[in-house]
Amino acid sequence: MLKQWLDGPVLYSFSQSRLAQFAAAVALLMICGALFAPWLAPLNPFDLASLDLNDSLLPPAWAAQGQGKYVLGTDDQGRDVLSTILYGSRISLLVGFSSVLLAMFLGVGLGLLSGFLGGRLDAIIMRIADVQLSFPAILIALLIDGVARVVFADQGHGDQMAILVLIGSISLANWVSYARTVRGSTLVEKNKEYVQAARVIGVPPIAIMIKHVLPNVMGPVLVIATINIATAIITEATLSFLGVGVPPTTPSLGTMINNGNNFLYSGEWWLVVFPGLALILLCMSVNLLGDWLRDALNPKLQ
Amino acid sequence: MFAFIVRRLLQASMVMLVVAFIAFSLFQYVGDPVLSMLGQDATSEQRAQLRADLGLNEPFYVQFTHFVGNAVQGEFGVSYRQGRKVSELLAERFPATLELAVCAALIALITGIPMGVYTALKRGGFLSQLFMGISLLGVSLPVFLVGIFFILFFAVLLGWLPSYGRGEVVQWGRFSTGLITVDGLKHIVLPAITLALFQLALIMRMVRAEMLEVQRTDYIKFARARGLSERLVNFSYALKNTLVPVITIVGLQLGSLIAFAIVTETVFQWPGMGLLFIQSVQTADVPIMAAYLVMISFVFVSINLVVDMLYVMVDPRLRVDPSGAGRH
Amino acid sequence: MPSIQNYNSDQYGEAPLLELRHLQVEFPTRKGLLRALDDVSFSIMRGETLGVVGESGAGKSLTGAAIIGLLEPPGRIAGGEIWLEGRRIDSHSPEAMRKLRGKEIAAIFQDPLTSLNPLFTVGRQLTDTIQTHLSLTYSQSRQRAVELLARTGIPAPELRIDHYPHQFSGGMRQRVVIALALAADPKLIVADEPTTALDVSIQAQIIRLLKQVSRDLGTSIMLITHDMGVIAETADRVAVMYAGRVAEIGAVDAMIHRPKHPYTKGLMASIPSIRAHRDRLAQIEGAMPRLDVIPKGCAFNPRCAARFSRCLIERPELQDAGESRAACWALSQ
Repeated sequence: MLKQWLDGPVLYSFSQSRLAQFAAAVALLMICGALFAPWLAPLNPFDLASLDLNDSLLPPAWAAQGQGKYVLGTDDQGRDVLSTILYGSRISLLVGFSSVLLAMFLGVGLGLLSGFLGGRLDAIIMRIADVQLSFPAILIALLIDGVARVVFADQGHGDQMAILVLIGSISLANWVSYARTVRGSTLVEKNKEYVQAARVIGVPPIAIMIKHVLPNVMGPVLVIATINIATAIITEATLSFLGVGVPPTTPSLGTMINNGNNFLYSGEWWLVVFPGLALILLCMSVNLLGDWLRDALNPKLQ
Repeated sequence: MFAFIVRRLLQASMVMLVVAFIAFSLFQYVGDPVLSMLGQDATSEQRAQLRADLGLNEPFYVQFTHFVGNAVQGEFGVSYRQGRKVSELLAERFPATLELAVCAALIALITGIPMGVYTALKRGGFLSQLFMGISLLGVSLPVFLVGIFFILFFAVLLGWLPSYGRGEVVQWGRFSTGLITVDGLKHIVLPAITLALFQLALIMRMVRAEMLEVQRTDYIKFARARGLSERLVNFSYALKNTLVPVITIVGLQLGSLIAFAIVTETVFQWPGMGLLFIQSVQTADVPIMAAYLVMISFVFVSINLVVDMLYVMVDPRLRVDPSGAGRH
Repeated sequence: MPSIQNYNSDQYGEAPLLELRHLQVEFPTRKGLLRALDDVSFSIMRGETLGVVGESGAGKSLTGAAIIGLLEPPGRIAGGEIWLEGRRIDSHSPEAMRKLRGKEIAAIFQDPLTSLNPLFTVGRQLTDTIQTHLSLTYSQSRQRAVELLARTGIPAPELRIDHYPHQFSGGMRQRVVIALALAADPKLIVADEPTTALDVSIQAQIIRLLKQVSRDLGTSIMLITHDMGVIAETADRVAVMYAGRVAEIGAVDAMIHRPKHPYTKGLMASIPSIRAHRDRLAQIEGAMPRLDVIPKGCAFNPRCAARFSRCLIERPELQDAGESRAACWALSQ
């Protein structure tokens, strides 16, 4: 099902759009960079032993006092900026993808249940969805994150909890669009004869939902997911920038920018510009891909 | 119409109650407020006294009712960290956020709508492509990054504009404004544009898409077939048809502005409520968090209510014909 | 109204109101240049109702669009001429065409629901049209708007003028649309499927209204439809279009009862009749060709029982066939 659907108009549209290809190439580059960070990064910014404070706040290699070892310069702790960007992208992508997967799981699940079972469950879920939609997603993520921090403050393994809480908050902020779309499609499929036939035979509802309805609704879900990845990455970066995202021990691009912000006036511009550029490239390439995918899958534009 | 309003009000109250509940429950988790207020050296009698005073011995629902009662009057207790009344802190910071949000909203609307109309009517022109490029940037870049780059460029590199704070402010009773001083104006330019950029891009795209749709409708075709001038067709008819659906989204976008104001205030150290909230999350200052939660929910729920009613007022199809004479 | 059989103006000494001479409309597409209208010629006299019938895709609506200058790009007039009252209008500037639209030639479309702007009152849409073309004050325009609504049969027009389109029923809306078309006193109304979207009972009312308007105001009507029943009721003459060309044109009575072109014969024969008893509905074998695969010679030849060698090579012109004119080689034999 997925394969037959990826061939054909989608791939054709891709081969026609140079912008989409460019965006995909950039995104792929960044993802590889992030995935293979431990091998690609010239230095390990987290190995405290290898950090030399004498090397702190060095400008990029091509500037006057730069060193070849630190291509993009170092931060106030002597960490290589390039390596930190690679590792940081890792965290950003990890949080981004996980939260999208979780949101998708949650949203699709609730949408299926809501559409298929109907009744009060449907009413309640949709009411919650409606209310949540009146708040901007980033605010919800921020509020859930803030509240969860307070609630889990006393518990141990703070850092891991922090990342989990972050992923959870972003997912909870974004499940609604999945749920609504899936619910709509489910309602349509529910009345079709093959579903009614399955029910009559006695196939359990869950099996019907997963085997029959699910494949038919995945199309729009994927479009939402792609666009969601970009917003998830931005949300994570924003929350980290605000200091309520990933813990300081595992810095993401947002954390780096937050840190670098302190050095803008003293002239160490590379601490902000390079992580910033990396973030921009990541966001824009994912966004462009999402835009192109949405247009390619839009039946109205065929 | 009346039933509609009542129903929406009830819904709104329900939401507020749930939010108040969540806000109230926060207090249960933060540890002992008595301890943080009196410190380690207090005697057990002092603690017991404070407990009684704060009403902490009462059953849950009584405490909750007190909380709600207080909240409705704007009373949220005292900040743990700052030792001042929460309501005072909020009132102090409110004008700054309001100013920022309103300026940003105005900038976004006044530039976004015309840009959207222009790019719809003159597709493919150089200016249109430029506008679309700006909108792409506005939509895909995170707000804080935009702010930081603005600071880097305009404040650090060029030195034209200040990079943080609110500048010179004029006090009118409880309200303060920086808009009538040159210094204040210089300070608000970058934050307002940063905050507006995302909205501007969104509004422009929406207006453009909607305008293009409207241009393809039968009623516009018929209007042209009647020989009406392009100006009348585009700016009288098509524009109104375009703006009606845009209004709802714009109203909701106002809420988004308030959310992103938090980020903008942090970047520019703008002394508003958003910055206060972030600081309270970082320091687990629950009274402020709870108050902010309740207040912001109130703002959003109200915005939604107003937008719903606005929609009914603007689109005649949604008004129920009171005379019942409707069709025949 | 005497039945006008030929459009040859010499016979009656009266110049036609609208004249199409060898009109050609083309669409550039990826596959090449598509000719949607190929040498279409006919004329409409003052006060006459000309029906234009044909299957979907035969080019009827396109002809209407070309006349009022609202062809959707990239379509364009590639050849031929359109004359209105002795002036050539196909070469007019867009601004000149705009002034013409509504004032000299009006157009109405199929769906009255989508033809009216839902956010503006009927009165506003009327007065805007009136004030664009006639130099009247606002109150005079409003007065005229009320009169127009009354003329098109809308009860309590002083009240209804301030109502919104959704407050009217389907048939009433089409009356409003007709009122809008009449706003600046046009000489010709191009009506593109005006009754198709309406209930049958309402259709009759609207047809009656159109006839009445034509009679009272002397307005010519170009009635585009695929419904022969409407034509039979309303038209004076009818033109049958096929694959972007005119197959036959003549007085409505002659066309219905004594068609000469094989396609017209097939069309008339396929209309179910209450009285005649038949086992099967008659139909014409095959389908109208798509614009990019029109056969050489006569476009109808693959489906024609009477075709012979000439039909496959040479495209027939409209020729005298007694009571009508038909584009068929069989007639000149």
